[in-house]
Amino acid sequence: MALLEIKNLHASVAGKEILSGIDLTVNTGEVHAIMGPNGSGKSTLAQVLAGRDLYQVTDGQVLYDGKDLLNMPPEERAQEGIFIAFQYPVEIPGVSNMYFLKAALNTIRKRRGLEELDAMDFLTLVKEKLALVEMDPAFLNRPVNAGFSGGEKKRNEIFQMAVLEPRLAILDETDSGLDIDALKIVANGVNQFRTRDRAMIVVTHYQRLLNYIVPDQVHVLANGRIVKSGGKDLALELDQSGYAGLEEAVTA
Amino acid sequence: MNATAPSIEALANQEYKWGFVTEIEADTIPKGLNEDVIRMISAKKNEPEFMLEWRLKSYRQWLKMEEPQWPNVHYPRIDYQDIIYYSAPATKVGPKSLDEVDPELLRTYEKLGIPLKEQELLAGIAVDIVFDSVSVATTFKAKLAELGIIFCSFSEAVQEHPELIQKYLGSVVPHSDNFFAALNAAVFSDGSFCYVPKGVRCPMELSTYFRINAKDTGQFERTLIIADEGAYVSYLEGCTAPMRDNNQLHAAVVELVALDNAQIKYSTVQNWYPGDKQGKGGIYNFVTKRGKCLGDNSKISWTQVETGSAITWKYPSCILIGDNSVGEFYSVALTNNYQQADTGTKMIHIGKNTRSTIVSKGISAGHGQNTYRGMVKILKSAAGARNYSQCDSLLLGDQCGAHTFPYLEVKNTSSQVEHEASTSKIGEDQIFYCRQRGISSEDAVSMIVHGFCKEVFRELPMEFAVEAQKLLGISLEGSVG
Ligand SMILES: Nc1ncnc2c1ncn2[C@@H]1O[C@H](COP(=O)(O)OP(=O)(O)O)[C@@H](O)[C@H]1O
Ligand SMILES: [Mg+2]
Repeated sequence: MALLEIKNLHASVAGKEILSGIDLTVNTGEVHAIMGPNGSGKSTLAQVLAGRDLYQVTDGQVLYDGKDLLNMPPEERAQEGIFIAFQYPVEIPGVSNMYFLKAALNTIRKRRGLEELDAMDFLTLVKEKLALVEMDPAFLNRPVNAGFSGGEKKRNEIFQMAVLEPRLAILDETDSGLDIDALKIVANGVNQFRTRDRAMIVVTHYQRLLNYIVPDQVHVLANGRIVKSGGKDLALELDQSGYAGLEEAVTA
Repeated sequence: MNATAPSIEALANQEYKWGFVTEIEADTIPKGLNEDVIRMISAKKNEPEFMLEWRLKSYRQWLKMEEPQWPNVHYPRIDYQDIIYYSAPATKVGPKSLDEVDPELLRTYEKLGIPLKEQELLAGIAVDIVFDSVSVATTFKAKLAELGIIFCSFSEAVQEHPELIQKYLGSVVPHSDNFFAALNAAVFSDGSFCYVPKGVRCPMELSTYFRINAKDTGQFERTLIIADEGAYVSYLEGCTAPMRDNNQLHAAVVELVALDNAQIKYSTVQNWYPGDKQGKGGIYNFVTKRGKCLGDNSKISWTQVETGSAITWKYPSCILIGDNSVGEFYSVALTNNYQQADTGTKMIHIGKNTRSTIVSKGISAGHGQNTYRGMVKILKSAAGARNYSQCDSLLLGDQCGAHTFPYLEVKNTSSQVEHEASTSKIGEDQIFYCRQRGISSEDAVSMIVHGFCKEVFRELPMEFAVEAQKLLGISLEGSVG
């Protein structure tokens, strides 16, 4: 079943077009990797799907679970099961991880018609998920991302994903800034999350991550367009030859 | 992507919920101020001679004083002859019990969420209600009296305990202290009085609820709290007013006295009408609050959450006279739309080893202007004194302002002072991050603001903390652009 259908998506920021006609269909159970050079629009795509109003959609359509995604406010998209692991997670001083996640989980549960979790049940759940990404429970009392190292921030995103259990997760360069051990931990967290009724878009710069999270499809984004799609081997190919040829192919 | 964002601005349209007017028969005197008006107020209250003299002395002093210009607030000149100085619900004699209180008045307080029937009151809170200028009801009086605690309206205290009034009135805030304090001393019509005797720990929160109702009326109340040796009392103050197009003046005075080993905790949630979104109307809140730690090892804590008023001018202070005495000031001041606040504290260290803590959290949104003004003064006699000050500002949007003016004066070498300050901004990126996790803009703002204020909220009694948090949420809706 198609969980996400992006059709001819155009988007610009500050009057400059960044996405110039993206077409992409992601079915439940699938993992898609999006690769591409710096500045090609990968994060922009993630932000547009999340509903950031900094980016203007100028053309095209996005259906999520058959519904018009672009008309939903960001919090509704999140409640409907879209999760972005950000490339640059934001710090929120003064608000503890615990408090933040509990608020997030309970609004999402409410939307799904589930009861809010009380403090005890929440703690149990959270501890279990923390173990998954091998994080220290002490971190729950620290403010959201404040003073976290780059790697801790990325792990925190995956931890949040594990708690919130989205249907569509978009991981934006979650691998960058991680050492190999952390990478394996994150990949393991992500793999446990793969099920038949979920889907994932993994944005990455390097093939390395895809050794651990094996994608069903790989797409290359260049100059705001998907210029090539293929199976998991495409990533290996790119690793060898780089993006240069592909970019030229587009601009030519 | 215009369809996606119910801009936080759109949520700003939350109205002031306490803005209704009560239709009630009132005993009101004509506008204007002169010695006859003061005599009339004093006569209406059947005051002893010493009170009238004190009022007149204050009035004459006031005539010689200038309205202060130094606060960082701007407003048109106040015409002091265009204000009504006395308005009271028209009951012939003070009500003996709640059954005698005008039912319309009781309904007002029900609407405000303050049930006055004792059996309905939150267990553990005794309330004195000041409506316009007079105290209309004090609950749990009898129960407190068993412990020797006096908790009543100021007028009643003048009648029943003149010796205490004569001894302490003006002993912390002298009649000549400042322009607004002098005005208050001349015309104040009522307020609350509390005396906790030696060694008694007041078993419940005492609370005064202030309500301005009548039009064109100034509210000038006076609170005097005395904690005798070893006594403890926690006191709460709340306030609201109807929405009016014109500005109304509130010039109150609060005096606290703590004797040896005594402790007074004074908490305020100030929610006077702030004016509309264009800055029209609202209360001018010019208040003098001061506590005297007269005895050794005494302690006075001020906690305030200031969300209302068009203009706030207020510096709850502590004079630390007794050795080892402690002064604390915890404050959250919020300004939204065109509100202006110039608030802070003064800690005057006189006794040895006196300690003070200042935690000030200023939140500015809309076109709000928020000024922290604090003074820490350590006299030569205050050997070993210590102060810790922390002033944090949080900005929402880029049209508001935060200003900090810490003054420091240390006259001896054995003292320690520490000052920390920070300014931060709620960014669009933080709000968006929250929204991507399913949390709405308003909830995100209130979560971040709550995180910012929690050191202060922690100092408030439980129910008050909840109310304060809700108030902040409401006052801030729509303030991040
Ligand atoms: N907020 C913004 N304002 C201006 N330009 C932006 C903004 N966000 C992204 N861009 C521009 O859009 C292009 C694509 O950026 P991005 O989507 O972050 O690329 P990638 O994630 O593929 O590296 C870049 O040229 C970048 O400078
Ligand atoms: Mg990127």
